[in-house]
Amino acid sequence: MIGLEHYLTVAATLFVIGIFGLFLNRKNVIILLMSIELMLLAVNINLVAFSSFLGDLVGQVFTLFVLTVAAAEAAIGLAILVCFFRNRGSIAVEDVNVMKG
Amino acid sequence: MIQADLTVILPEIVLSIYAMAALIGAVYTRKDGLGPLLVWSTAGLMAVLAIWIASQPNVTQVAFNGMFINDGFARFAKVAVLLSAAVILVMSQDYMSRRGLLRFEYPLLIALAAVGMMMMVSAGDLMSLYMGLELQSLALYVVAALRRDSAKSTEAGLKYFVLGALSSGLLLYGASLVYGFSGTTLFTGIIQTATHGEMSLGMLFGLIFLISGLAFKVSAVPFHMWTPDVYEGSPTPITAFFATAPKVAAMALFARVMHDAFGAAVSDWQQVIVLLSVLSMFLGGIAAIGQRNIKRLMAFSSIAHMGYGLIGLAAGTEMGIKAMLMYLAIYVTMNVGTFAFILMMERDGQPVTDIDALRQYSRREPAKALAVMILMFSLAGVPPMLGFFAKFGVWQAGISADLFGLVVASAIASVIGAFYYLRIVFYMYFGAENEDQLDTNSSPVLWGALMASAALMIVGVFYQFGVEGAAAAAAATLVN
Repeated sequence: MIGLEHYLTVAATLFVIGIFGLFLNRKNVIILLMSIELMLLAVNINLVAFSSFLGDLVGQVFTLFVLTVAAAEAAIGLAILVCFFRNRGSIAVEDVNVMKG
Repeated sequence: MIQADLTVILPEIVLSIYAMAALIGAVYTRKDGLGPLLVWSTAGLMAVLAIWIASQPNVTQVAFNGMFINDGFARFAKVAVLLSAAVILVMSQDYMSRRGLLRFEYPLLIALAAVGMMMMVSAGDLMSLYMGLELQSLALYVVAALRRDSAKSTEAGLKYFVLGALSSGLLLYGASLVYGFSGTTLFTGIIQTATHGEMSLGMLFGLIFLISGLAFKVSAVPFHMWTPDVYEGSPTPITAFFATAPKVAAMALFARVMHDAFGAAVSDWQQVIVLLSVLSMFLGGIAAIGQRNIKRLMAFSSIAHMGYGLIGLAAGTEMGIKAMLMYLAIYVTMNVGTFAFILMMERDGQPVTDIDALRQYSRREPAKALAVMILMFSLAGVPPMLGFFAKFGVWQAGISADLFGLVVASAIASVIGAFYYLRIVFYMYFGAENEDQLDTNSSPVLWGALMASAALMIVGVFYQFGVEGAAAAAAATLVN
């Protein structure tokens, strides 16, 4: 029997993979975007699992909002990335270094 | 029913419909020449909305089954957000036009960000919180990268986007846990589950993730790393905007979530806020010492100031919220003046951000140098200026909540922080002569903003224009 805790474990694992993908990735900005998407989808699994467990639809409504915003966020991220590529001719994470912070 | 709900969010509707209609109009006429007109009309509309919101009767209105709350606290934050956004828009018009940056999207993105901020401070539900926050953030990512042909600006946009999205992810994960363990996304429902001593582990995790996500947005240490780069890379008027309105909105949202949703468990989050506050004050004070770029310096300054603001939140009392709101209002006023001056720093028409360029500035521009000196003293918190009374307010709130350690730490941090503000004053009055002189001409708008802000730092000590009363009323509606 697959219960709530199994879903929560999967979601937590995906979320942590997403965070590690953001911080350990040294290669490509596209991978950063994928990691962000992974984090948001982990949250969606959480919300749907809780929604089903609680018998409350609000969690699924929340999921739809998150999906919509994630799409908008990816569009804006790619647009900024295209501008960046035009200026630097590269999308390697190591090249995001004009300013040291 | 829906009619009553729509009446409550009428200011937001007006601003968003204006932004969308202006966007369509500008796209169909294909005129970037509309830029200056749109800047003035957006700023005018924001000012009108601010006056409208300020004149609303002091009652709490709830719309959409508790998702949207229009109370005194929200109104105070909205007025501060709208007024500062309007002033920054007007200040930026000349700078942006001369550099060919005044595309018509710029004022409209600022307007949409303002709608997002108004949603944030009125959120009564985790969903409306998230939607408001994202509307604000998505607009801000784009304006950070507004100078499309500059490597610095696009890099600032990219960094802001990646770290901002990370923070949204953390916040959302926290929101999902809070929803799962309390069974509702409404703040009024969460507060019944989140009582002190009876919080489940899942709720506590959710609370910590929520706090981390919000700390990113207010740029509190250890979630501050985007701030210096984004401030340095973005065009200066946009840096000025980042340092004012979004900070007010994010702090107000922070206070809203902590008090409306977790107000029954103050001791569970107090220690976390205290830690964020101490780290921000010290890092903001110490890391700014090595900065020669005035925009990076102001970034660390804003980190430190958010630390002082958080003292008011950490107190967890009505007095603390009042002190925090006063702090934010004064901080925004100081920053508007300081950035008006930074916008005027030019050599042969090119912007200069190096603080060495200020050497002997007082000889050529005694009036402006005096105004900047007042602002720097106020930012540092030197007693006769208004900035000191802002700090004094949060200290009082901290002491009355028995946070003696925090107050002592913040006093030490403010002494360390005073060094870099006073260094700017030292350069202006006693610095070694510099052959590269800054231009002396300046636009009347910037000059007026600088002088008005400096004058308020003195006048505000005696007369607060009703801001203090409004802050007290706002705090009373939030904490009960």
